[in-house]
Amino acid sequence: MIRLTHVTKEYPRTGRALDDVSLHVAKGEFVFLTGPSGSGKSTMLKLIFMEERPTAGEVRVSGINSATLHRGDIARLRRKLGVVFQDFRLLDDRTAHANVAFALEVTGAAEPTVPAKVSRLLTHVGLASKGLAFPKELSGGEQQRVAIARALVNDPFVLLADEPTGNLDDRATRGVFQLLREINAAGTAVVMATHNLELLRRSDFRTIDMLHGRIVSDTGDSGAAERAAARLAEDDAAAREIADAREGERTTAARPWTPA
Amino acid sequence: MRLALREVLLAVRRAPLLSALGVITIAFSLFAFGLFGLVAINIRDALRQVESRVEIRAFIADATPIEAIVTAVGDIEEFPEVAHVDYVSPDSALATARRELGEFADVFEAGVLPGSIEIRLKPDFRDPTSVKTVAASVAAYSFVDDVRYGQDWVAKLYQIRTIATIVGVVLGLAFAVVAVIIIGTTIRMSVLAREREIGIMRLVGATDAFVRLPFVIDGFLKGVLGGFLALALTWLASSLIDRALGFRTVFFSPGFAALGVLGGALIGVAGSAISVGRQLRRI
Repeated sequence: MIRLTHVTKEYPRTGRALDDVSLHVAKGEFVFLTGPSGSGKSTMLKLIFMEERPTAGEVRVSGINSATLHRGDIARLRRKLGVVFQDFRLLDDRTAHANVAFALEVTGAAEPTVPAKVSRLLTHVGLASKGLAFPKELSGGEQQRVAIARALVNDPFVLLADEPTGNLDDRATRGVFQLLREINAAGTAVVMATHNLELLRRSDFRTIDMLHGRIVSDTGDSGAAERAAARLAEDDAAAREIADAREGERTTAARPWTPA
Repeated sequence: MRLALREVLLAVRRAPLLSALGVITIAFSLFAFGLFGLVAINIRDALRQVESRVEIRAFIADATPIEAIVTAVGDIEEFPEVAHVDYVSPDSALATARRELGEFADVFEAGVLPGSIEIRLKPDFRDPTSVKTVAASVAAYSFVDDVRYGQDWVAKLYQIRTIATIVGVVLGLAFAVVAVIIIGTTIRMSVLAREREIGIMRLVGATDAFVRLPFVIDGFLKGVLGGFLALALTWLASSLIDRALGFRTVFFSPGFAALGVLGGALIGVAGSAISVGRQLRRI
């Protein structure tokens, strides 16, 4: 369904983002992509929804091959997969309902079917009563639900989620994650890039851990999820130390000078 | 199409100022071009009027039989360069001279002025070479004493016309290029303002053609509106000039005015299509 074969991606300015990565995601799978910032998670997702093309190697998604890709294939592919981002990417001047409907309309859906389908999707993501709200009137979690509803309009075979909980508080994170699990349980594969340690710990989904553009570990094998979690925990601890140190500096700097 | 129109309306409602600015920029760019065009066609018109006075006058020897003159007039009328031929008899030349000279009318006595043939040329043959060729052919008649056509004057007039044409084309092109650049930049701004929307459209599977259509319609409408506004401004400017200077300037013919509006629409459509195309290649 999704297959990356010896994929390398280099950007002219920033260099190698992915380095000889091979990967297969099967139908209906739930896969976590983890790793520190700059490890190549987002690049991998961009390659899957063909926003980027590999410098070397080949990406195949639902029969579409990056090596023989035409521009028209991109639109066709994106109607078969859903994508959500950390920053939601909603149109601020349209209601939640209009945002979801927009995705249906641009793909040429028969007009009379649109309102019912949008309402059903908004109900599915728990926003039945918020259809007329504009994004700014919704909480972060709610906005992400709208984005997820939009991603589901064309019944995708896979949902790609790039840090979908990155801007959300714990409660909203749990809600969004639960929603993604339900979507997956209904048969849609989910590939989710995340930093969130809690989510990794609480689930036993396949976890692909990345570092410097390479796959460090990939479960199946049960240990990898824990190893990835442990590494993320270390990163978290290091990040906390740095944050504490900075906080300390600020406190010191802010303290008024007093004579000894 | 309906969806595309709705998107255009939405864009206008969302950023009315940007849309208005787009129309106004297009209007003023075309207005500048229009003003230049107005000056150019008026200069051309003035030159044409002067050129229409280019004439060849062949003076006829005394006692030439009228039959020979009539035959010659018929022959000369057949020349491809010739528009009109007139025979002016010595009597009518005297009458004209007396009429024009008023109080000095008495200085001429009957029989003093020779008869002549006046030849006017077609507009395309008023250049010095054609005039000279016709003059030489007319001079070949045995009864023609002298041929006059203001050689220096024709050469100078032709030179002025050539300079005016070259300057007109160069300036016109420069104005057109500036208008295209300004209009293109304005349209690019409106595309960039909707960069996010274009990205989202692509993300949810819109085809390039689908993304492009609302922008092309937008460009077309702005171009047509800007074109009409420019036309109105040019007409207003022309009327003000008429009133201030007290004479009647030449305005664009309806066909030419329609061509201007169509040009605006074309620049709008092409500018939009190119701008969105560039944007689409980036995502």
